[in-house]
Amino acid sequence: MTEAIAEQKDLALLLDYYRRMLELRLFELKVQELYRNARLPGFVHLYVGEEASGVGVCANLKPEDLIFSTHRGHGHAIAKGVPAKVALAELWGKTTGCSGGRGGSMHMYAPEYGFMGTNGIVGAPIPLATGGALSAKLRKSGQVVVGFFGDGAVNSGSFHEAVNMGSVWDLPIIYVCENNLYATEMAFSRATKNTSVASRAAAYGLPGVVVDGQDVLAVHRAAKEAIDRARSGGGPTLIECKTYRYVGHHEGDPGTDYRTKDEVEQWKKNDPIKRAAKVLLEAGLADEKKLKEVEAEVVQLMEDAVTFAENSPEPLASSVTDHVF
Amino acid sequence: MAVMTYIDAITSALREEMARDERVFMIGEDIGAMGGVFKATKGLQEEFGSARVIDSPLAEGIIISSSIGAAMAGMRPVPEIQFADFIAPAMDSIVEQAAKLRYRSAGTQTCPLTVRVCYGGGVGGGLYHSQTNTSWFIHTPGLIVVAPSSPYDAKGLLKAAIRNDDPVLFFEHKKLYRSVKEEVPAEDYTIPLMKAAVKRKGSDVTAISHGYMLQLTLQAAEKMHKEQGAEVEVIDLRTLAPLDKDTFLESVARTSRAVVVHEANRTLGIGAEISAIIAEEAFDCLDAPIARVTGPDIPAVPASPPLENFYMPSVERIVAALERTLEY
Repeated sequence: MTEAIAEQKDLALLLDYYRRMLELRLFELKVQELYRNARLPGFVHLYVGEEASGVGVCANLKPEDLIFSTHRGHGHAIAKGVPAKVALAELWGKTTGCSGGRGGSMHMYAPEYGFMGTNGIVGAPIPLATGGALSAKLRKSGQVVVGFFGDGAVNSGSFHEAVNMGSVWDLPIIYVCENNLYATEMAFSRATKNTSVASRAAAYGLPGVVVDGQDVLAVHRAAKEAIDRARSGGGPTLIECKTYRYVGHHEGDPGTDYRTKDEVEQWKKNDPIKRAAKVLLEAGLADEKKLKEVEAEVVQLMEDAVTFAENSPEPLASSVTDHVF
Repeated sequence: MAVMTYIDAITSALREEMARDERVFMIGEDIGAMGGVFKATKGLQEEFGSARVIDSPLAEGIIISSSIGAAMAGMRPVPEIQFADFIAPAMDSIVEQAAKLRYRSAGTQTCPLTVRVCYGGGVGGGLYHSQTNTSWFIHTPGLIVVAPSSPYDAKGLLKAAIRNDDPVLFFEHKKLYRSVKEEVPAEDYTIPLMKAAVKRKGSDVTAISHGYMLQLTLQAAEKMHKEQGAEVEVIDLRTLAPLDKDTFLESVARTSRAVVVHEANRTLGIGAEISAIIAEEAFDCLDAPIARVTGPDIPAVPASPPLENFYMPSVERIVAALERTLEY
């Protein structure tokens, strides 16, 4: 396939990717609004700005493939197919949530969508995903597994142990580091001497790829290659998506004490959704009207999700001892 | 019916469950060709292949966390922890992931994991090859903690653990591996988890124990019978968490006296919980204070033989506690 044809094929996906990214973005902005108005309980870590990573990777997975996610995982859940209303009901602590409301933001599970959970323990998804991929290999299921994690996880021992074994065992797994440059407030450059996560792959003997995490088609290409390789028995890949969160670490952190407003603004200019829209318009694949229609549909989806979640029942207090064994 | 050692019974349970269910696999350091440091898995890699009997580095974090991930994705892993002393790197995933999976997912995820852990002192293992850290796990709801005392129990409980959908910490006492033999059925059988057993009937005092200490408690009971005509009822907890309290409460209601024996150190050992339950629920039945025979509250089992002997509860100490309780 020539590069030009390949590019055309990728472009054909872009409107779909644009819509998916918008779903992730508007879901999180709705969560932010609800949280700020004290309608949602708990702690939330929003994915705003990082949508190209979740969408570019998950759009290349099959429904039966598995992903293991992080504390910043609402976007991963929706990208893997968990309906927005079910995810929102979970955040709201309602029985209609994917974990009956008891998991909340950081422990939502939807195995029926191949979504193996967000996780409140930093670094935990990397070895769990490795085990998931070991299972896929042992069962010869043909599944591919993705372990998402942030730059904050790569200096924990779990990263080293998991990537090493994933490589030793030639597992069908993609390790996706969403490097948003800050672990809470700790700049990645202050936490590690070698700031290239992808370069660490050499130490474990697997391919390491760095990708512009604000370009959904770039993520798509890197992910597709890695996923195809994993599915055909070619083993694991480490992908580093260079990305950024526009918001604070958690809702309530203004996100400006440890980075400049100018830095945030610079990254917003490189917004993955705006970039996708620009390419779509320039390539003539969509016009302004079409993009507005898509946006209106996604806005309505989120309004419906709020109605569903808000009107869903809360669990009975007496159910607190259910599901222990 | 064949006479088996405790370790043979474990190997036999593993072999049968591997043959019965292809989702069962094992992972641990040198468990393959070497058969593990205590040879519990000897011959199994040859029989089932290196894909299902996986040699790993001595990295307990990934041994257990990858097992949990595999359990979430449809397998039934049976990882081996060489020594209970080495399990700390895996605590994060055991406590934060395995124990909470069913609960936090409202039952959509389970964790059918059986972690085989070799524990206990009395073999000169020194500080980091002798610990009894069962209480770490007993204090974590969502985990099932099993500690068999005999070959028959070891096989039946291990098979039940592997078939259970929740995470089980299966504590095998290294001193029992080759010191106790008994008849073990050749046919398939399981022993229910979370249920204690009366191992010796008696009417004068109830002795509650598990694991290696159960064997010492049985010896103490026999000594009391022969030398003093006292009838000690011996209860084997089998599962330490969740605790079967009905069996010992029913016994104490009859004997009015209770002695708890365990190797773990005293503070917040299982004896503390059992004593509290008896005090709360059977106070009116008691004719004597509840006695505990336990390891002391020291950081580890020391290497020097006289110091190790001081650590380990003995038949003599158990007899002394039974006598005090009977004479009160």
